[in-house]
Amino acid sequence: MTAALQFQDLTLGYDRHPAVHHLTGPVERGALVAVCGPNGAGKSTLFKGIVGLLTPLSGRVEVNDCRVRDIAYLPQIADIDRTFPINVYDMVAMGLWRRAGLFGGIGRSERKPIEDAIGAVGLRGFEERPIGSLSGGQMQRALFARLLLQDASIILLDEPFNAIDAKTTADLLEIVRRWHGEHRTIMAALHDFDLIKAHFPETLLLAREPVAWGRTGEVLTAANLLKARQMCEAFDTGAAECIQAA
Amino acid sequence: MLYDTFVAPFAEFEFMRRALVGTLALALGAGPIGVFLMLRRMSLVGDAMAHAILPGAAVGFLLSGLSLFAMTAGGLVAGFVVALTAGLIARITELKEDAALAAFFLVSLAVGVTIVSVRGTNIDLLHFLFGTVLALDNAALMLIAAITSLTLVTLALIYRPLVLECVDPGYLRSVSRAGGPAHIAFLALVVINLVGGFHALGTLLAVGLMMLPAVAARFWARDISAMVVIATLSGMISGYAGLLLSFHTSVPSGPAIILVAGLLYVGSLMFGRGGLLRQAFPGRHLEA
Repeated sequence: MTAALQFQDLTLGYDRHPAVHHLTGPVERGALVAVCGPNGAGKSTLFKGIVGLLTPLSGRVEVNDCRVRDIAYLPQIADIDRTFPINVYDMVAMGLWRRAGLFGGIGRSERKPIEDAIGAVGLRGFEERPIGSLSGGQMQRALFARLLLQDASIILLDEPFNAIDAKTTADLLEIVRRWHGEHRTIMAALHDFDLIKAHFPETLLLAREPVAWGRTGEVLTAANLLKARQMCEAFDTGAAECIQAA
Repeated sequence: MLYDTFVAPFAEFEFMRRALVGTLALALGAGPIGVFLMLRRMSLVGDAMAHAILPGAAVGFLLSGLSLFAMTAGGLVAGFVVALTAGLIARITELKEDAALAAFFLVSLAVGVTIVSVRGTNIDLLHFLFGTVLALDNAALMLIAAITSLTLVTLALIYRPLVLECVDPGYLRSVSRAGGPAHIAFLALVVINLVGGFHALGTLLAVGLMMLPAVAARFWARDISAMVVIATLSGMISGYAGLLLSFHTSVPSGPAIILVAGLLYVGSLMFGRGGLLRQAFPGRHLEA
């Protein structure tokens, strides 16, 4: 069985400084992986590298399950213009882009999946509301509904439960579980260890270098977490060239 | 009486009919363009581009007098050159696109006015700056109609990426490469609409029929499609009412049209949803 994603000695960074350093390993098809580590550990950078927003400094990412463009990616801070006059229904419907593309109609046959997605995230009754009137949690629900419609085999969630209350988190986790049940490959950047232990079988602990990667129980040990915390966040401006890179 | 005031001017005078057809067609294309300019936070970009058209049209005038073709071609060339260079400068240097445009339009305006003055009279200059909506000939009307048709068809084609690039550019980038081409096509539409508007309303006022109805529509609609409809209608009303105003009071017609559009804007600002009056007297709050 080939992996859904394969990292080959991947180094990603900004201005030659690595933010993810020499990461190698597979993400198996259908895996549910938590990516955790301190702020600045490279979690978001890794996701940007996977979807091609960032070109690797060295090494590569192989995406085997689908085209890179078909990966569903929920950025940490989506640069959404909340003042734009568009309602929840239309916003969610954009998830059908892959099917409808630039010109494809979104007609009666698409109405049911859109309504189902809105219902699944608990936003029924919000269809006509402009997105500017949503709370942070409701907006996140709407974005999850859009992800549902994207129907992607690989899903990347960058800190999806930040500043989200317990009820919303539980509802959205239910959707993540549903995706997992459908054998989609999911990676999520998270900080809440209890949540990771309860719901994510696999964990990648990142602190620029991959500290540990494997079964969650074996990764989130006191020794590993201490090691991750000791990572120096600031770049060394006078850093020499990496020997491993040669 | 009502007939005399509201219908007779158009029934009796051909130049009024032509002016009406021209402004209605202009409003039809400029309305949606203005809404998108506003939503993309490019309200002033339209203004800058309008000025940038002047030297091109002026060169056309210098070469072959008041010829529709020469001035249109010159205006188009100048508009595209400025739009592209401003975009390039923004990409290459630290300067933001609006700063680059501001620099360009000031220079363009100065160059344009100079060129017109070299060959023409002050009357010609006034035509350039404020248009001659009452003197639209068949060719000019055809040009405006063609521009509006092209605008509406193109907008229909690029509508989805255009909207999505405003709402959530990151998402658009992750699903499609259409964002860049759509943006360029949109800028091209802005230029051709301004060139069309230039013949009727001049370089200084052409942008008025674009932006004022759009900004007014923002106070009434919560949804972009409704906003486009309201902006277009309000542009058309401005055209009709402005021509009447000009006919009955002998105010110059271009400014009269923009004045009516301005009044509609002020009215919306006062009485619209989220307008000043609603903010001052919001009414008692509701049950949850």
